[in-house]
Amino acid sequence: MIRVNGLHKSFGEVRAIRGISFEAKDGRVTGLLGPNGAGKSTTLRILYTVLKPDSGTATIDGVDVVGDALAARGRIGTLPHGSGLYPHLTARENIAYYAMLCDMSPEIIDARVQTVIDQLDINDFADRRTKGFSQGQRTKVSLARSLVHEPQNIILDEPSNGLDVMATRSLRELIRQLKAAGRCVLFSSHVMQEVAALCDEIVIIAEGKVAMHDSPDGIRNATGCADLEEAFVKAILTVEPAE
Amino acid sequence: MKTIHTVFFKEITENFRDRRTLLTALLMGPLFGPILFAFVINLSVKQSLSNESEALDLPVIGQEHAPNLIAFLQSSNINIMDGPATRAAAIEAVTNGEHDVIIVIPDTFAQDLAALIPATVEVITDQANTQAERESRRARRALQAYNQELAALRLTIRGVSPQVMRPLNIDEVDVSTPSGRSAILLGMLSYFFIFALLTGGMNLAIDATAGERERGSLEPLLCLPVKRDHLIFGKIFAACLFMAISLSLSLTCFYFTLKFMPLVELGMTPNFGPLVVLTAFLLLVPFALVGASLMTMVASFTKSFKEAQTWVSVVLLAPTLPILLVSILMVRPTTALMFIPSLSQHLLLVGLIRNEPVNILHVVVSVGGTLLIGALLTWICARLYRREGLLG
Repeated sequence: MIRVNGLHKSFGEVRAIRGISFEAKDGRVTGLLGPNGAGKSTTLRILYTVLKPDSGTATIDGVDVVGDALAARGRIGTLPHGSGLYPHLTARENIAYYAMLCDMSPEIIDARVQTVIDQLDINDFADRRTKGFSQGQRTKVSLARSLVHEPQNIILDEPSNGLDVMATRSLRELIRQLKAAGRCVLFSSHVMQEVAALCDEIVIIAEGKVAMHDSPDGIRNATGCADLEEAFVKAILTVEPAE
Repeated sequence: MKTIHTVFFKEITENFRDRRTLLTALLMGPLFGPILFAFVINLSVKQSLSNESEALDLPVIGQEHAPNLIAFLQSSNINIMDGPATRAAAIEAVTNGEHDVIIVIPDTFAQDLAALIPATVEVITDQANTQAERESRRARRALQAYNQELAALRLTIRGVSPQVMRPLNIDEVDVSTPSGRSAILLGMLSYFFIFALLTGGMNLAIDATAGERERGSLEPLLCLPVKRDHLIFGKIFAACLFMAISLSLSLTCFYFTLKFMPLVELGMTPNFGPLVVLTAFLLLVPFALVGASLMTMVASFTKSFKEAQTWVSVVLLAPTLPILLVSILMVRPTTALMFIPSLSQHLLLVGLIRNEPVNILHVVVSVGGTLLIGALLTWICARLYRREGLLG
């Protein structure tokens, strides 16, 4: 369960987000949708504690991301935008490194690493060094790595970037599995079809503010557009631009 | 603690698989110094030795005016050759490097000598040319000897003992020992070792910070439930290990190359046995912490691997500065100087090679001071790692 309440963050003169609030519940997939530069990544980066908000609060399962960043990080698995791997380690070693850093006991690490390798279907290249991996392979390994400590909350920043059709499909499949397992999945995207296909709830962000927060159907009704893309365009126009 | 341990071993594993790191850490750094050193020493030793023992080819213009002088020169291991025809041609020949030194005996030489007027002998040479400088010194020395012999003869003829010309008998007593003399030459060694040490950890230090950020692996790493301080400590310690490996290889390599250097012929017996190698390692290795944290610090300010490489190369040169200053100013080791990293290592190493007794206080201050500064720099790195701007 992720709760965000009135987040503000500026970088110098640029006001990246101006009062973002929403909630992402367990067992549901929440999509953060918005044009480039809307503040999606900034919001997610505050949630996984690499940025501190200027004001406002955010909690992960009730743990404050500023007050107890370490505990909050322990409750999330993240796939930051453009996640990279260690090219001289094998996929399995990359995953095991994260497992060790998450303080898992050595006896269960091997089994747990194998579980996520099976889950993401990366057995074929699990023992190859990741140098030269395709974007799809890299994303899968990065995902496996972020899931290895079985986090309750999963935050994915534009996970489908650079993925081909097959990889996108398996990513969707994984997100559905996580949802079925009762996890809280929050991901950002600017691809409409993806959000429409997966999300139970959509948070549309524009100009650093929440333009709309509802289910896909709710958004269609509220904007009076049957097409979600039209609805999206209409929604973001309701936000007055930052000065 | 466990995080530091995990990061440390991961960095070690990864970098042992990286050919670029291995090449610089285990090959280039350790071999570069000793090989360059051996090459330079061999060359200079050969040159200075050959100069003394081989006959000097000396063109002389106007030989017919001073047959006795010529005979004297020939007796002092100098081959008299026919020089260019004129004085102008001689100057020309020396200027364009055809000859290093030419002697011109004017036709008034014999006349002046007979008349007891100081007879001019010209030594034409290019003072800016170090090679020529050595040869002209030999020629001048021979002329000086002839000068003294003639003076002594003149006095004897007049019934005066030549001794009156020597009111002083200057006797130099050289107290330098063979290992002391080596220290002058081997003093520059400490920089080679520090250089090897720093190159050993350079790639790792850059890779662990700027490289990790460039690859995009830093952000997910920072999202893990671990303290950033521990991540940076693990990385710095890994760089330290690579530096220590590089240093030990460099010392070992030097130990063996020294056997092939004709140092004994220069009157030097460097004090560089296995025990000295080990002591040198222990004296130098604390500098690894300073080097690793300094490089990590510099690299964490930069935006890319390339930019980091540029700035970290500056760190490679920084330790030369105090060493250079001290070599020029000829400073003797004092306790206060032992607080300065790189300088204290240099002074201790020179003392070691000179076979001087080890000053325990100096060693303690050097090791303690260097580790303290290293710890301070490491702490600053940890502070820098807490910045938001780290991810760029």
